[in-house]
Amino acid sequence: MATAVTNGVIIDWLARFHDIVAKQRAYLTELDSAIGDADHGVNMDRGLAQVVAMLDQPADGSDASTGALLERIGNALLTSLGGAPGPLYSALFLGAGAAAGERTRLDPAELADSLRAGLAELVRRGSAESGDKTMFDALDPAVQALQKAADDGAGLGPATAAAAAAAVAGREATAPMLARKGRASYLGERSIGHVDPGAASATMLVIALVEAVAQG
Amino acid sequence: MSTPTRRQFINAPDDVIDEALEGLVLANPHLLKLDPAERLVSRVTPATKKVGLLSGGGSGHEPLHAGLVGTGMLDVAVAGAVFASPTASQVRAGTLLADSGAGVLHIVKNYTGDVLNFQIAAELAEDDVVVESVLVDDDLATTSTNGGPGRRGTAATVVVEKVCGALAEAGADLSTVAARGRDVVARSRSLAVALDSCAHPGQSQPAFELPDDLVEFGVGIHGERGTGRIPFASADELVEQLVDPLVQDLSLRSGDGVIAVINGLGSTYPLELAIITRQVHRLLAARGITVARTLTGSYVTSLDMHGASVTLTVADDELVRAWDAPVRTPSLTW
Repeated sequence: MATAVTNGVIIDWLARFHDIVAKQRAYLTELDSAIGDADHGVNMDRGLAQVVAMLDQPADGSDASTGALLERIGNALLTSLGGAPGPLYSALFLGAGAAAGERTRLDPAELADSLRAGLAELVRRGSAESGDKTMFDALDPAVQALQKAADDGAGLGPATAAAAAAAVAGREATAPMLARKGRASYLGERSIGHVDPGAASATMLVIALVEAVAQG
Repeated sequence: MSTPTRRQFINAPDDVIDEALEGLVLANPHLLKLDPAERLVSRVTPATKKVGLLSGGGSGHEPLHAGLVGTGMLDVAVAGAVFASPTASQVRAGTLLADSGAGVLHIVKNYTGDVLNFQIAAELAEDDVVVESVLVDDDLATTSTNGGPGRRGTAATVVVEKVCGALAEAGADLSTVAARGRDVVARSRSLAVALDSCAHPGQSQPAFELPDDLVEFGVGIHGERGTGRIPFASADELVEQLVDPLVQDLSLRSGDGVIAVINGLGSTYPLELAIITRQVHRLLAARGITVARTLTGSYVTSLDMHGASVTLTVADDELVRAWDAPVRTPSLTW
């Protein structure tokens, strides 16, 4: 069990994120068929595979800090992941990286601060708000839960587990929502009753972090 | 309700885009060249000292965009995966390629992924190239709700690319070409109806299924469901339901002129499109509206969707002149 997020944990995190997405590719595509254009699983799987391959080739000494690695992931996402998820996941990592800065390890509170900054960058790009039926509806409660657990003095394992539980609840809460962003919004009332594919893949990102911390 | 399993001429789903781009360029070596790594299709002989026109987006809409690269239209087209925007770094590479010193115009269909990736690409390229952008949002079926993404970009993209291409070729500067592009968007509305959905490459089942007695109204170009279902009817009756809202939204009056694009969505055959075209003309003529120019064919498709869209662009003499200007691309030539 890792007690702080190091670069090793982060690289493992991305690999596990890709593994989960690859295994759940059909599920994500099925969600996207209902209210989108049926490509979310395929698109995420293909893009993340390239990101993970890029992480296997570290840039020359540029990953000395956690911030630099997170930013490298953000840039890799811009190069590899198309559609709206590319810029949005990229913004999350670029923002988190800028906040993490020169640190080489993040304790739960620092991780929460970093991800909070990433979420702010994501919102700057995507301008989603709570309740719009997007990935934000899974990530925002996750970061809030992480923050609260850190404030309560929880270790990294329990803190990330709390974040994952909040992400799952946030994902499920998107089902009754009326989509107000992205392609699902064109369906209006017909978007109601379906889990948002973006919230589903974002939840996988948080679950992958729990796994990487547990194995770290 | 039972839809037969569809078969496709593909090798592997992951290879569809690369192989199709290769085929397009092999068929048009006198017009096009390909950067396979970035999935950029560009003019074989780059233009010099003119505004560069770059468009692109998810694949599955062929011949849009790569089939519209050539003299009088696009300089570069950048292809994403099926229905997914290209990455920001692809668009950045395309922007640099399209620049011949007079700046680059991005022609972007209004979808979240395209908007974000083109915007980031413009930021990434801003030290090297002046970029302006025209956002195409013509689909009347998606008229904005508060805070939503706004109308989708569909077949009016062809009109924007044609008109901007003519101006750029004639030597207009970037802000002039961009302003004219935005003006064409403001003058254009589209509506589509589908008799059947489409299936992604490698998937045997369509994105949605329709009972025999209903059609999907207000569809876009991604196999997504439309705004609702209406009873199946004769071509003339269905076309009337497309044309009436367009005439109303554009406030067209007797004496006005339009450019009309009657567009197939993938598996609508030419006879059907000609019948639709006939009815568009009849309906507009009955209202005293002149169809200055007509483009009929499958230009902005949704894989193998069986459907059609009608786009009307309010035309004036200047617009018609730009429309008539010479063009030489794989899919549009005169």
